[in-house]
Amino acid sequence: MEKLHYEQLGETLYKETLDNGLKVYILPRQENNKTFSIFTTNYGSIDDQFTPMNEEEVVKVPDGIAHFLEHKLFEDEEGDVFDTFSRRGAQTNAFTSFTRTAYLFSSTSGVKDNVKTLIDFVQKPYFTKESVAKEQGIIEQEIRMYEDDADWRLFFGLIAALYEKSTVRVDIAGTVSSIQDITKDMLYQCYETFYHPSNMVLFIVGPVDADEMLTLVKENQAGKTFKEQGEITRIYGDEPATSYKKEDTLHMNVQTPKVLLGYKEANDDYPLEGLSYELAMQMLLDIMFGPSSEAYEEMYREGIIDSSFSTDFTMERSFGFSAIGGDTKDPDALVKKMRETIRSYKQKALSEEEMAITKKRKIGSFMKQLNSSEFIATQFTRYEMNDDDLFEVVPKLEALTLGDLEKVLQRHFVDDQSSIMKVLPK
Amino acid sequence: MAEVETFQVGSMNVHFQPSKKYKTTTFVLQIKAPLEKGSVAASRALLMQVLQAGTDAFPSRRAIRKHLDSLYGASFGGDVSKKGEQHFLTFFMEVPHEKFLQQEDEPLVKKALSFLTSALFEPVRENGTFKESIVNEEKQALKSKIKNIADDKVRYANGRLIEEMCKDETYGIHPYGSYDEVDALTAQDLENAYESLLSNDQFDLFITGPGKVGELTPVLNERKASFKSRAVETSTSVNGSTNNGREVIEHQDLQQAKLHLGFRVPYTASDAEYATVLVANGIFGAFPHSKLFVNVREKESLAYYAASRYEPYKGLIFAMAGIGFEQFEKATKIMTEQLDALKAGDFTEDELTTTKLMIKNQILEQVDTARGNIDLLYQNILTGRERSVEERVSEIDAVTREDVIRVSKAIELDTVYLLTGKEERA
Repeated sequence: MEKLHYEQLGETLYKETLDNGLKVYILPRQENNKTFSIFTTNYGSIDDQFTPMNEEEVVKVPDGIAHFLEHKLFEDEEGDVFDTFSRRGAQTNAFTSFTRTAYLFSSTSGVKDNVKTLIDFVQKPYFTKESVAKEQGIIEQEIRMYEDDADWRLFFGLIAALYEKSTVRVDIAGTVSSIQDITKDMLYQCYETFYHPSNMVLFIVGPVDADEMLTLVKENQAGKTFKEQGEITRIYGDEPATSYKKEDTLHMNVQTPKVLLGYKEANDDYPLEGLSYELAMQMLLDIMFGPSSEAYEEMYREGIIDSSFSTDFTMERSFGFSAIGGDTKDPDALVKKMRETIRSYKQKALSEEEMAITKKRKIGSFMKQLNSSEFIATQFTRYEMNDDDLFEVVPKLEALTLGDLEKVLQRHFVDDQSSIMKVLPK
Repeated sequence: MAEVETFQVGSMNVHFQPSKKYKTTTFVLQIKAPLEKGSVAASRALLMQVLQAGTDAFPSRRAIRKHLDSLYGASFGGDVSKKGEQHFLTFFMEVPHEKFLQQEDEPLVKKALSFLTSALFEPVRENGTFKESIVNEEKQALKSKIKNIADDKVRYANGRLIEEMCKDETYGIHPYGSYDEVDALTAQDLENAYESLLSNDQFDLFITGPGKVGELTPVLNERKASFKSRAVETSTSVNGSTNNGREVIEHQDLQQAKLHLGFRVPYTASDAEYATVLVANGIFGAFPHSKLFVNVREKESLAYYAASRYEPYKGLIFAMAGIGFEQFEKATKIMTEQLDALKAGDFTEDELTTTKLMIKNQILEQVDTARGNIDLLYQNILTGRERSVEERVSEIDAVTREDVIRVSKAIELDTVYLLTGKEERA
């Protein structure tokens, strides 16, 4: 077992890759009551075209299948895994993103049993025709719930405007009609392809003993057999460099209009490696549009933004995009102001002072985030799957130069790669 | 966990709890007054906005943000809420501890606390009054906050239920006041609200983090003379059902109906029955093993979410589910039947034990976060019942099946609120 000590952060992390390829990370935090554990596969909603394990032909599966699979893993012959966790006073949940599916629990007692249950239920698929049909009704209501959520529709509307071919443009849960096409055989096919231990990471954080936990996980895995698995072939589609639609509008039952301006990455030829690029993008968005920026103050004073105004940068396997905006009484005025701000930053030099204060702020925010066990486990896993290290955030941030920021600014914010998405009152 | 040290600074109570769990220090300043009819809530809500918009030393939102940046991106914010018939203004601040920062040796908590108190006592003024431009901007911001509540359908439906249910009670008042009340506020109203706050409200400051109390007392003592309020007692009236299950149906353009049921329970967190209500509500709908989730979602596939929540200061229970338009009667029937089952003692030993374990786990997890822990400490003050974490856990353990039946029998359906679509979907 590898021991990684992070002096400045006061954290010690234990790591081991098991014989079957599963990566296990344990972060003891003796001061806490709670243990949080998350078991993640590197498989999400965008992985809808692939070569199934031990087959030759590429298949295309219905939209929303990764999310459907997530729901169905909670059920086995004996019933619902929710019950097993509940009987030990543990909370459990799961989520599906574009590129990952994660299963988790938190508890303050019975931790060893809960870790075993977490691994076992994820590694034991059980799908029947009846249980698939039952889930369709529940997921239909989940989809309807999101259809009434204007911020959700705004965000996904932006992605669908930016991307033409990539499956990132499809809702993670699929549509009410696409989920009707899902069968139990398709679920098994996806499961066999993407839930091999070598495609997964287990993270445990809490008042635990690292040796004891690792032994438990090793013994559990030694009792199971998995077929050898090679690289997974995934097909993402040929996404053009330019945005699909320059602008799109959705009319909904809302009081206040909403708008987002977004830019997509034209290719994956990044000038900095993953974590550094992401940090540089976050810094740029913060400098131009954060609450201490000149633009923010002006827009707030003019009354064209409120506290919902925010920026976001998403970068995952095969895609990356920014999103800037929020609720506004005047979407056009806000878009104009956002574009002008970006244009003026692209024309002038960034200042050392601006960069220094932004770094300071980001380091502080990172410390706040590290209070949360959920944040550490979820984000560490995400970075690990992108070959990065969460605990390198501070040094990577400190190493960024004005030249780096300048390069990222000029590369990312290109008009041809941008779209505007509006949600307007009916 | 370390003991809480409580002392007075002028009329303010300070509660300090050292903790090694966190990399940051968290401050929560609670300001309590009675919830009142008329425009009192509106004027206090606007005051809270204005107090965050500038101080003598940092006279704009942007100047404040820049100062916070220099404190490593310290968070600072405010919130307005109600618990029972009491109105709260809450200031919140969080700052990293310097031992986790390479280039910092001065205690950041001092600067943070000194800023926090200045926001309260030294708002930016012009000609002896609040600055007109700030008041106008913040009025606009508050009005848009109120207006935007309607865009979150679940939140809107819950707010409308409370409004309908408690229309003749003080609790029916929204903590922000209404749009029109805010619109009509004058500079004098704001002055009056500020003066009343300083002379009448009850102040409790909670601090938790890795530092020492000695770093904070000098900053607080400088402000001693300013905390001169005479705290007034507040009380909440706990009523039985006044509406006897009245149905209120509202139509909007929607994809999913939001069904909200409001119940009365004659016990609050001040009562000995508090733990029993938590258990009864737990069996009813607070968890994934609860009757609502199992029967509405798992058995009938009617909803994605189906849950209940207890308001422990007024004695209300809210049950909610997102359903198809045509399922209103069926879902209402199933939901009310779950409560009837509780009253009839129709729940297993397993449901009772599991619920107790889940609640105990929830309490232990809650105290792992600074905000969660502070919420429990403040509840002790508001209810006048000093419950340690251990006592909370043993109170739950002591709840019997008979207790649950007895308390459930006292729960009455008050109002059924449905937010549904404009027409039936085929």
